[in-house]
Amino acid sequence: MDKRISSLAAAVAGIEDGMTVMIGGFGGSGAPIELIHALIDRYRATGSPKNLTVINNNAGNGHVGIAAMIEQGMVAKMVCSFPRSADPRVFTERYLAGEIDLELVPQGTLAERIRAGGAGIPAFYTPTGFGTDLAKGKPVAEFDGRSYVQERWLKADVALIKAETGDHLGNLTYRMAARNFAPIMAMAAARTVAQVSRAVEPGGIDPEAVVTPGIFVDCIVEVPNPAQEEDLNRANAYYPEVTA
Amino acid sequence: MTAKLTNAQIAWRAAQDIQDGAYVNLGIGFPEMVARFQPEGRQAVFHTENGILGFGEAPAPGQEDWDLINAGKKAVTIKPGTAFFHHADSFAMVRGGHLDVAILGAYQVAQNGDLANWSTGPKGVPAVGGAMDLVHGAKRVAVITDHVTKDGKPKLVAACTLPLTGVGCVTRVYTSLAVVDIVDGCFVLREKLAALSLDDLQSLTGAPLHLDGAVADLTCPEV
Repeated sequence: MDKRISSLAAAVAGIEDGMTVMIGGFGGSGAPIELIHALIDRYRATGSPKNLTVINNNAGNGHVGIAAMIEQGMVAKMVCSFPRSADPRVFTERYLAGEIDLELVPQGTLAERIRAGGAGIPAFYTPTGFGTDLAKGKPVAEFDGRSYVQERWLKADVALIKAETGDHLGNLTYRMAARNFAPIMAMAAARTVAQVSRAVEPGGIDPEAVVTPGIFVDCIVEVPNPAQEEDLNRANAYYPEVTA
Repeated sequence: MTAKLTNAQIAWRAAQDIQDGAYVNLGIGFPEMVARFQPEGRQAVFHTENGILGFGEAPAPGQEDWDLINAGKKAVTIKPGTAFFHHADSFAMVRGGHLDVAILGAYQVAQNGDLANWSTGPKGVPAVGGAMDLVHGAKRVAVITDHVTKDGKPKLVAACTLPLTGVGCVTRVYTSLAVVDIVDGCFVLREKLAALSLDDLQSLTGAPLHLDGAVADLTCPEV
């Protein structure tokens, strides 16, 4: 077994029109910029994939990563908790023009819905959101004298995540707070693609240190020295690059 | 005597109630200031929703590592004892009753403990983040806020008119004028600025202030 894929283009090849795609990252930390940009390259070359539903904590920042996907017109709907950022104009303008849908989910509910999707739990009850606008229309129930809202699992066709080290079997470690949604998204997608900063032979990761076991990962693609979204935005970067 | 406490003084007052060893989440923005005023000899462990316990202060400019940020997406640092974890574990800490204190900002707090702090209405792009999760699970949910809005309207109200973040969740409010507990659907006044009469404070408050024993003077150093 060898889950390595040699090119970013091959890693994102299976993503089709209308799919639901989970994308790791909290703001820029953990954002798989190279995978996202490879997907944009494919869209620009072939017109596909489009009409995507993207699940991420945010809705892009600046003009790179998810913001660039939205700017290209690839995204029909965002599922996120906080569609604001330092520079949220790309999403904001399309949302206010009615060109993109938004499903706003409390952050912890978003995480637990993804975890539930990966764990085979179709629904669960949470206190979060009870009595608020975001729980309207959802079943509620009382347990031990407190009220809870029923929330459903969230699954995806594909997850694109960024990890630090990956072995050929797909075992992953992460770097600091870049971990955020990646381990649970890896569980909740039918196909999980991880870009790793370092690919190692099996045995190259201490079994005690594995965060995402390889069973949740379908392929890894090595991207040494990946870009940081925050650095790109501080440099006012666009993707694709804007040439004067 | 100052007419009201500064934001830093409100944060200082809230910090005095955080016990040694407490696990604490501070909301984005103004509440983050509470971390600066931990009393000598006490050490709280700060939690941030994106997956860090026990993070340190902001790094020097130019030293940022953008894989190491807080929920407000500002760079932080690690220190001995820092732990990383994924988002589902992070919110298990929140909802599972493992945090001792969450300190949040507010647009409105109602006398029954309802909190409105995420939306000022239907205009623009809605965004909630972790606010609705944080108000459930922490053993104490405290609010720090100016006592009134910028145009002088009460923020402590009989019933919230803005969209709710959570129902019956707030246990204590630290304002620029007073410290108020929420007990059995009532505001109970614990401390107020000495120069302010009870009548004046009541006139700036949107629901009755109840007394339960003596009201202490709210005193803060210049910070």
